Amino acid sequence: MKHLLSIADLDAATATGLLDTASRLKDTLLGREVRKLPTLRGRTVVTLFYEDSTRTRVSFEIAGKWMSADTINVSAKGSSVSKGESLRDTSLTISAMGADCVIVRHPASGAAHRIAAWADKDAGTTGTHTSIVNAGDGTHEHPTQALLDAATLRERLGSVAGRRIGIVGDVLHSRVARSNVLLLSTLGAEVVLIAPPTLLPTGVAEWPCRVAHHLDAELPALDAVMMLRVQAERMHGGFFPSAREYSIAYGLDERRLALLPEGTPVLHPGPMVRGMEIAPAVADAPNAAVLAQVRNGVHVRMAVLYHLLAGAPE
Amino acid sequence: MANDRRGDVGEGQDPARELLSSADVARTIARIAHQIIEKTAFGPGNTGDLVLLGIPTRGAVLARRLAAAITEFTGVAPAVGSVDPTLYRDDLRRGPTRALVDTAVPEGGIDGKLVVLVDDVLMSGRTTRAALDALSDEGRPRAVQLAVLVDRGHRELPIRADYVGKNVPTSRAEKILVRLTESDDRDGVLIQRPGAAPAEPGVGTEAEPSVGTEAEPTIGTEAEPTTDGDDA
Repeated sequence: MKHLLSIADLDAATATGLLDTASRLKDTLLGREVRKLPTLRGRTVVTLFYEDSTRTRVSFEIAGKWMSADTINVSAKGSSVSKGESLRDTSLTISAMGADCVIVRHPASGAAHRIAAWADKDAGTTGTHTSIVNAGDGTHEHPTQALLDAATLRERLGSVAGRRIGIVGDVLHSRVARSNVLLLSTLGAEVVLIAPPTLLPTGVAEWPCRVAHHLDAELPALDAVMMLRVQAERMHGGFFPSAREYSIAYGLDERRLALLPEGTPVLHPGPMVRGMEIAPAVADAPNAAVLAQVRNGVHVRMAVLYHLLAGAPE
Repeated sequence: MANDRRGDVGEGQDPARELLSSADVARTIARIAHQIIEKTAFGPGNTGDLVLLGIPTRGAVLARRLAAAITEFTGVAPAVGSVDPTLYRDDLRRGPTRALVDTAVPEGGIDGKLVVLVDDVLMSGRTTRAALDALSDEGRPRAVQLAVLVDRGHRELPIRADYVGKNVPTSRAEKILVRLTESDDRDGVLIQRPGAAPAEPGVGTEAEPSVGTEAEPTIGTEAEPTTDGDDA
């Protein structure tokens, strides 16, 4: 594996291999006082974030550090980006400094693909074969989030294959939903998107999933439910009449929690908007896997770095 | 390729010759178990100390078999688990990404314990070195000993085994194939000599270390290696 840009690039064996590595890394570090592995000693990992992030950036940084890579964080604020430097120039500059891996988050869909193409084309000039990881590009994909969701589902359900997973809410603006539909279907799950028609992207009929609009009708048959954040910052129009109306139709409250089979895991990629897509009591219920997802995120990102950087260069 | 197993008889290679039969393997494991009991004084009055940690895949199988034998002979069960040296290897950058294997440290950990590392084949000593580093990140054992089913020589590091099933003088080009029913079709240890037919480049007697590592588990292949004893 040279880059991780899209879940669409992963076949079932590769995705399962990543999840197996993540779970073994978790087992290896379990109970250790010193959480430091020498595996990526001397490798340099740079996070390049053009959008705000807490969990993804910190999670990648911790993952790199626990494997002894040198991790450096670059955010668009406070870098030469604010002086007008192009994405290409910034990314090649970081490659030329010897970054073995650049983790990119960018508001434009496809940004990570462009950076990867530049990194490959100019590897001779920069002197470094830089691996690119997509940490979220616009409304396109967020592969490591899907991997950590799948890791959490595997833990909670035993396996993903044959399970029915509901993804609820703002699918239109959600790169998490797109990556999850691809990954979960690749792993053999049955995915149901549950959202108002205004929050579904065009072309969703061609996705490997079923689409439904009535949450109450779907809940009793789900093995797991994933709530999506309503992405107000990406909404520039009337997608639903009011926050209250959205919450009534698609929010997961205690009444709806009771409709789910007992113990059904509830996932949320975070950050949660409590009272909007998820009620506070549900977010803190034993079913909620939100913090387990965050924990698994570190191990999944360690696994991604291991698969990209530990072996011989391709 | 999924079934490109190092243990299969390849073109230009003589069929493998048997070094230890199934009964020999059983006797050897029983003997090592007795030696561990003798050397560690493990028994009903002294059970708190001993931890057998196998190096997967076949070392972990051997550790479980040794633990079963020790339990049979003494009536008490030693702690048993496995340790994955992969993340500590010095040759990760020399080949495709290696799949990780199980680490299972028994409850109670290894602090202050007498750890017996168990592997199937000892050769360069590099896997043992990596396992020792993995152990030191897990805790601080009172002492560490090494038990192997086959010692085939060609050490590259100052490492020796405390318990050896069988010493086998080999050339670097030969392959030692350890088979155990838990991971293979039967028990046995085989030796395979390179054939008279022109060998692949790099598979001569001066073979570089990469030759021995090619059949290690790598990401994306389903095949388990028929032996991981090349550089153990």
